[in-house]
Amino acid sequence: MVILDWLRGRERSSAHQAKERLQLVLVHDRADLPPGKLEALKDDLIEVLSRHVEIDSRAVQISLTRERNEQRLIANIPLAPARARRRPLN
Amino acid sequence: MSATVVTVTSGKGGVGKTTATANLGVALAEAEQRVVCIDADIGLRNLDVVMGLENRIVYDLVDIVEGRCKLRQAMIKDKRLGNLYLIPAAQTRDKTAVSPRDMVKLTDELRKDFDWVLIDSPAGIERGFRNALAPADIVLIVTNPEVSAVRDADRIIGMVEAEEKEPPRLILNRVKPEMVRRGEMLTTEDVLDVLAIDLIGVVPEDDGVITASNQGLPVALNPRSKAGKAFREIARRLMGEEVPLEALQSPNGFIRRISRLVRG
Repeated sequence: MVILDWLRGRERSSAHQAKERLQLVLVHDRADLPPGKLEALKDDLIEVLSRHVEIDSRAVQISLTRERNEQRLIANIPLAPARARRRPLN
Repeated sequence: MSATVVTVTSGKGGVGKTTATANLGVALAEAEQRVVCIDADIGLRNLDVVMGLENRIVYDLVDIVEGRCKLRQAMIKDKRLGNLYLIPAAQTRDKTAVSPRDMVKLTDELRKDFDWVLIDSPAGIERGFRNALAPADIVLIVTNPEVSAVRDADRIIGMVEAEEKEPPRLILNRVKPEMVRRGEMLTTEDVLDVLAIDLIGVVPEDDGVITASNQGLPVALNPRSKAGKAFREIARRLMGEEVPLEALQSPNGFIRRISRLVRG
């Protein structure tokens, strides 16, 4: 295990942290969408979607990703649990 | 005969643009190329001291643009290399004294008589950078293996691409192989992976760069300097030669490969 930890050392190294932080900051820089704006977008999205379907708003996740030169906005929107949805609307 | 205009830029200040420009100028001139270096950092001129030519300045870039002297009068011949010249920046003016169109006109005049026109860009993304970028055939981006420098390099790459220039190439400067080995500095691969551009050279950190600037003798003139060797190799690559990239930080490449396997 000690050897495994040693070999995996780079994951905890400051160089690895530097790369992860860079990738995150560049995704936001390139899309001109800072993390705060992304949160606002998420709130708006929840509001609009809620008009049409019951969603579990606390579990909504939205993120920016990049592969090569393609940027992508990914939203993961779980619907409200089935039991809650079946409750009659008064 | 028509020169290639190479702009050396970075976004962030202090990463080694001026050092790179001076050394590439010296290295190309040593390879018998006719070279003129232009300091485009108006108001903060420094290429003159790095090249050791500060005592010979009479006229500058703004004097040429505003017609106070002829182009030739502002060109300072290097002390050691007869085919290397410097056009210094004005020290008491600001970037708006020159326009991107002025720079294109100036470099077009120089193209006839030289093989290379090297432009030392100021830091930033404003007018001074625009001036330096406008006439570029080739853009070299200097960065250091640090989060802030790489972030700014990414911004500059985007702006160069928006101008529909050829894709810029990267000089990774001030690399400390020992820190890379310990996992305390971004590797060349990390930086290339994040920026997705081509590499033209990796320059190791070298105390000789400081002593060279103390003396006004660029390290490329020193056959024993590691940084000097890296700059000479970049110059050869600019000239179209295939010079293999020395693996600066991979005496431990084997271990890293294993650890990559283990991580899956």
